[in-house]
Amino acid sequence: MKALHEFLERIRPLFKKGGRLSMFRSTFDAFDTFLFVPGKVTTGGSHIRDAIDLKRTMSVVIIALMPALLFGMWNVGYQRSLSIGADWSLLQNFWYGFLVVLPIIIVSYVSGLAVEFIFAQIKGHEVNEGFLVSGMLIPMIMPPDVPLWMVAVATVFAVILGKEIFGGTGMNIVNPALLARAFIFFAYPAYISGSQIWTAGLMEGQGVIDGFSGATPMAHAAAGEMDKIPALADMFFGFIPGSIGETSKLAILLGAAILLITGVGSWRIILSTLIGGVLTVLLFNAVSLNTYMDLSPLTQLMMGGFLFGAIFMATDPVTAAQTFKGQYFYGFFVGVFAILIRVLNPAYPEGMMLAILLMNVVAPLIDHYVIQANIRRRLKRATIKLKA
Amino acid sequence: MENLINLFVRTIFIDNMIFAYFLGMCSYLAVSKTVKTSNGLGIAVIFVLVITAPINWLIDNYLLKAGALSWLGADFATLDLSYLSFIMFIAVIAAIVQLVEMFVEKVSPPLYNALGIFLPLIAVNCAILGASLFMQEREYETIGESLVYALGSGVGWWIAIVLLAAIREKIRYSNIPAPLRGLGITFIITGLMAIAFMSFMGIKI
Repeated sequence: MKALHEFLERIRPLFKKGGRLSMFRSTFDAFDTFLFVPGKVTTGGSHIRDAIDLKRTMSVVIIALMPALLFGMWNVGYQRSLSIGADWSLLQNFWYGFLVVLPIIIVSYVSGLAVEFIFAQIKGHEVNEGFLVSGMLIPMIMPPDVPLWMVAVATVFAVILGKEIFGGTGMNIVNPALLARAFIFFAYPAYISGSQIWTAGLMEGQGVIDGFSGATPMAHAAAGEMDKIPALADMFFGFIPGSIGETSKLAILLGAAILLITGVGSWRIILSTLIGGVLTVLLFNAVSLNTYMDLSPLTQLMMGGFLFGAIFMATDPVTAAQTFKGQYFYGFFVGVFAILIRVLNPAYPEGMMLAILLMNVVAPLIDHYVIQANIRRRLKRATIKLKA
Repeated sequence: MENLINLFVRTIFIDNMIFAYFLGMCSYLAVSKTVKTSNGLGIAVIFVLVITAPINWLIDNYLLKAGALSWLGADFATLDLSYLSFIMFIAVIAAIVQLVEMFVEKVSPPLYNALGIFLPLIAVNCAILGASLFMQEREYETIGESLVYALGSGVGWWIAIVLLAAIREKIRYSNIPAPLRGLGITFIITGLMAIAFMSFMGIKI
């Protein structure tokens, strides 16, 4: 660590204004501040000093994502071993999944950060750190068999059209990671839906044993095969096929605990999303027109990406509603729409992605009306005082 | 009744005038700078749609359609005047818009000033003529259906423009690349919103 620090200090003059490599100033700055706390100290004036800056916040989210990611790697191997009928050890499972997932992570980071760095150089900005989390989220919401070039195209699309043209980190309207997934979802639907893609190697038809379907619980539910939905415990611990990071609810809840304890994730959004989802399921239970509507709230929460979306995607501080009151509405409707799309829309088996994207679009309007209501209330108070 | 509710929800979310057909874009893009004015324009569009579509439905069914004139007598039963529908529909819309304009000017001068040139422009708003033409093409059977269809289309358009206005208020101080400022970024936002609205595609109630 110390040697690295000294190395950075030694090459720093090169990147100063007028230095030989000054055009890559923001690139240097990005690495420097990512690795070490900036040494800049303010003088005079009143400043709030806090160790938490944007980079530390992002690092906390990355740490919170780790349990789900590591489990996801293991699960990729585990599903693979199930599909070929092999009896792999824990390490073998993990190693296989690691080799499948790592390229996706690398491609997502390299393509996304390349765009970020290019934009930062052109604008003469520092590199924004916002992509650190998006780059980790993108692989986690992909199926393990997704072609790498698709990940690259989707990431570049999402970072440019979803973020950079709005002015970069903190300015985007929709969640870039979800936009990347939606891009693949609508542009190459064959690679992100169906029951063939959730297990690595299944698409090429490599050695599938009899009785292995590879279908996710969502697919079973959409097809009305309620008896084929795995046991609750299996879905909770995550021994099911699915997107890389979404399967283990236990790992996701671990991440949620980290987010909530550090205060990085908004408990208002998580709570209201769960309430919205559960209430909608209960409403469907009451209506009870088909077997899908009869599924219990717990089963619905354990299936698919509901929890992952509620905890890691809906809470994105940039694209969610900004006002506290607005966050309740925002989260509630994310939950409602996710279940609505799941149950009522035969075109899509899972609704969380589109529900969050939809509410991302609505969030500014919610904020607008919350703020207007605040203004009106305070104005009323002011006029009353005036009269008295 | 179920049929009507289904039609209403469909026209708002699935066959949304903006996100599915990209109709009425000119005023959608131009008057979406603040939530307040776009609210006004949205309501004006709903109002005009709800009045013009049923009137056009009557005109279509009792004057223009093949055999629509049979109530005049057997001689007219074979007449097909539907080649006149464009000009008839536009005339009705233009007349109604004039009325709405006078009404708004009288009732709410601030709204009238805020809407400015765009209120008369509703007359050539493609969403309004589009609704009448879709209504003709899809052959809605009762005047109630055409009314519900018009209301749904209007509400869908209103939701779209208000959402866009809120987003544009939010990004007012964003550092958007200079060439994209204004209309460029608005088009891209509309595209992203359309992706989000894809979530309703395929829903049947």
